[in-house]
Amino acid sequence: MTESTTIQATVQSIITALKDKPGALLPILHAVQDKLGYIPADSVPAIANELNLSRAEVHGVISFYHYFRDTAPGKQTIHVCRAESCQAMGGKHLEEHIKDSLGIDYHETTQDGKFSLEPVYCLGNCACSPAIQIDHEVYGRVSADSFDSIINETEELA
Amino acid sequence: MSITIYVPCDSTAVSIGADRVAKAIAKEAEKRNINIQLVRNGSRGLYWLEPLVEVLTEEGRKAYGSVQVTDVASLFDANFTEGGTHPLYLGLTEELDYLKKQQRLTFARIGITDPVSLDDYISLDGYKGLGNALKLSQADIVKAVTDSGLRGRGGAAFPTGIKWNTVLNTPSEQKYIICNADEGDSGTFSDRMVMEGDPFVLIEGMTIAGIAVGATQGYIYLRVEYPHAHIALNTAIQKAYEAGYLGDDIQGSGKAFHLEVRLGAGAYVCGEETSLMESLEGKRGLVRFKPPLPAISGLFGKPTVVNNVISLASVPIILDKGGDYYRDFGMGRSRGTLPLQLAGNLKRTGLVEVAFGMTLRELLYDFGGGSASGRPIKAVQVGGPLGSYLPESQFDTPLDYEAFAANWTVLGHGGVVAFDDTANMAELARYSMEFCAAESCGKCTPCRIGSTRGYEVMDEIIAGRALDKNIPLLRDLCNTLLNGSLCALGGMTPYPVLSALNHFPEDFGLTEKVNAA
Repeated sequence: MTESTTIQATVQSIITALKDKPGALLPILHAVQDKLGYIPADSVPAIANELNLSRAEVHGVISFYHYFRDTAPGKQTIHVCRAESCQAMGGKHLEEHIKDSLGIDYHETTQDGKFSLEPVYCLGNCACSPAIQIDHEVYGRVSADSFDSIINETEELA
Repeated sequence: MSITIYVPCDSTAVSIGADRVAKAIAKEAEKRNINIQLVRNGSRGLYWLEPLVEVLTEEGRKAYGSVQVTDVASLFDANFTEGGTHPLYLGLTEELDYLKKQQRLTFARIGITDPVSLDDYISLDGYKGLGNALKLSQADIVKAVTDSGLRGRGGAAFPTGIKWNTVLNTPSEQKYIICNADEGDSGTFSDRMVMEGDPFVLIEGMTIAGIAVGATQGYIYLRVEYPHAHIALNTAIQKAYEAGYLGDDIQGSGKAFHLEVRLGAGAYVCGEETSLMESLEGKRGLVRFKPPLPAISGLFGKPTVVNNVISLASVPIILDKGGDYYRDFGMGRSRGTLPLQLAGNLKRTGLVEVAFGMTLRELLYDFGGGSASGRPIKAVQVGGPLGSYLPESQFDTPLDYEAFAANWTVLGHGGVVAFDDTANMAELARYSMEFCAAESCGKCTPCRIGSTRGYEVMDEIIAGRALDKNIPLLRDLCNTLLNGSLCALGGMTPYPVLSALNHFPEDFGLTEKVNAA
C-alpha cells in the first residue's frame, strides 16, 4: 500500500468507529491527529462525506481551533505559555530564548524535523510559572538554562 | 509493616519533579529493604513546597518539602519513614499555617486521597450527597442548591439553583448537563486540581445535577491542555460505571445518568457557554445569540445546564450537609467558599479555599507572602485575562462579587496573578488586545476587528506617537468593545486595558493621572 492509501484507511477506520456519536466531528479530528500527528488535507473529503457536511465546513472547523494542524509536526511539539502568570515570572525572556536556540518562530518546525514550536495561552501551571509543555509533559519554573537541559535530555531519549 | 508515603501526581507537582522523586523514593526504599506503600495523591495546593512528600505516622501525616531527587538519600538517612527530622521537615501537614487557615469544603479531600480510588472517596464522605439526593424530590434537590446561595464559580456568578430550576421546569424528552472544564484563564488551576485530585466529586456533582433536572446525559468539555485531568476523569468515570454510580440504574434507584469527556481544541472562546455547545455539536466555536437561554434551548436545542467544574464539585457537600451549612460561610450575596488561586510573582503560590470576605491584601501577603522576586507588588490581575488590574490602593477590597464589581474589577474564577514593579502595564494592555485578537471567534465586529485595531493603537502608544490622539482613540475603541460585543471576550477585554491605563498612566507615557473611565 502507498503511504496515502494507508492514511486513507486509518482515517476511514476512525470515522467508522466514531461517526455515530452526537457531535462526532471534534472526536474524529482528535483521533486523526492523535494517530497521524496532523489532519491531512486529503482526509477532509472522506470526513465530510461520512458526516454529511461540506468540505468547507470540515475545513472551517479544523482552521478554527488552534490545536488542530494540517501539516505534519516535528518529532516533538513544544508549547510555550504566553499568558499573564508566565509573563509575571520572566516568560517573555524565556520565549525569546527558546525561539533563538531553536532558530524558529511560532508555528514553525526546525529544519531537522525534531521540534515544532507553538504558543499556548495557559497550561494551568500558573503556580510554577513560567511553564512549557513538550508533547504531553509539562515543565514548571523553566529558565533559559533549564530549558537547554530539558532539550538535551529529550534529544538523548529520542 | 508497610509505611505509607505520599508523593503527589498533580501535574504541577510533576512539572517540577514529583515523578522523579517518587521513583527515587521507591528505589531507595528497595535498596534499604524498607517496605513502603507509595500513594500518588492529589496536591494539597501548597505549590511552593512541591514536590511535597508526606509520611503517615501515628501522630498523623508529616510533611517534607520541597523534595528534590538529590534529597532522597538524606531523607532516608534521617529516618523520614518514621517521621524523623530533616532540614526539609515541615511538621504535621494539617498544622501547616497555609492549610490551617483555610476552609476547605470543595477541596476537602484533595491532596489527602488517591484521586482515582473510589474506596478513598467513599471513606471521606464521598457519595453521601448523592445518597441524600436520591431520597429527595427533584424540586427539593434544586431547592437545597438554591438555599445554599451557590453562584456560578466559572466567573459569571449566576445563581446555580435558578439555572437548574429553569431546566427542571422546561419539559423535554432529552436534557443535558454540561461541565465547563475549559479553564483557559491565566492564573487559574482550581478546576484542574479538582479533576486531577478528586475526579469523583465532579462526577457526583454532575450526577446529582442530572437527577435534579431530569437529564440523563452529561458531557465534561475539557480543554486539551489538561492531559493528566483527561486520564484521571476517564479512569474515575469507568470506576463509577463499574460500581453503579453511573449508568442506567444508579444505586438501584432506577434513575439513569451517563457521562462522557469531550476534548476542546485550544480555543479560549469555547469557555463561553454557547460557543462551548457549538463546539460539542462539532462546529466552529462561534458564540450564539442569547436568548434563547441554554437552560431552555441549549445543546442540540435541548434544555441544558452548563456549570463550571467548581460549581458542580460544590454540589455534593451541599447535598451532604445541607444548603444552610454552605450558606453560613461567606459575606453579603457571596455565599460559601471560593477556591482562590495564587499565581505569578508570589512567594507562596497555591490554592487557597476560604469563605468570601477576606481582603485581597490578606490573600497576597498573609497567604502569598508577597512577591517572589522580593520587589514591591505593582499590580494584581484578578479574574483571568479579562479581569482588571488592581493597583496597591485597591488591595483592601474584600473578596466578594459585589465589592469587586463596585470597583470595576472582576472576581471571576478566583485567579490572582501578581506582578512586581518591573511589569510594564502598557505592554500588558497591548497583550490583552493581542490575546483577544488571537482568540476572537470572529462573529461580532467589535471583538474581531476592534482587538486588532486595539493592539495597533497600543503599538503607537508604546512608541510614544501622538498620545493626544491615540489615548482617546483607545478609550473610544474600548467603549465600542465594552458595549457592542456579543460575549465577554470582546466585552471584557477593556477591563485589563482600561484599568492599566487608569491606574498606571505613566506606563502609557502620560504624566498626569487620567480620570477613570
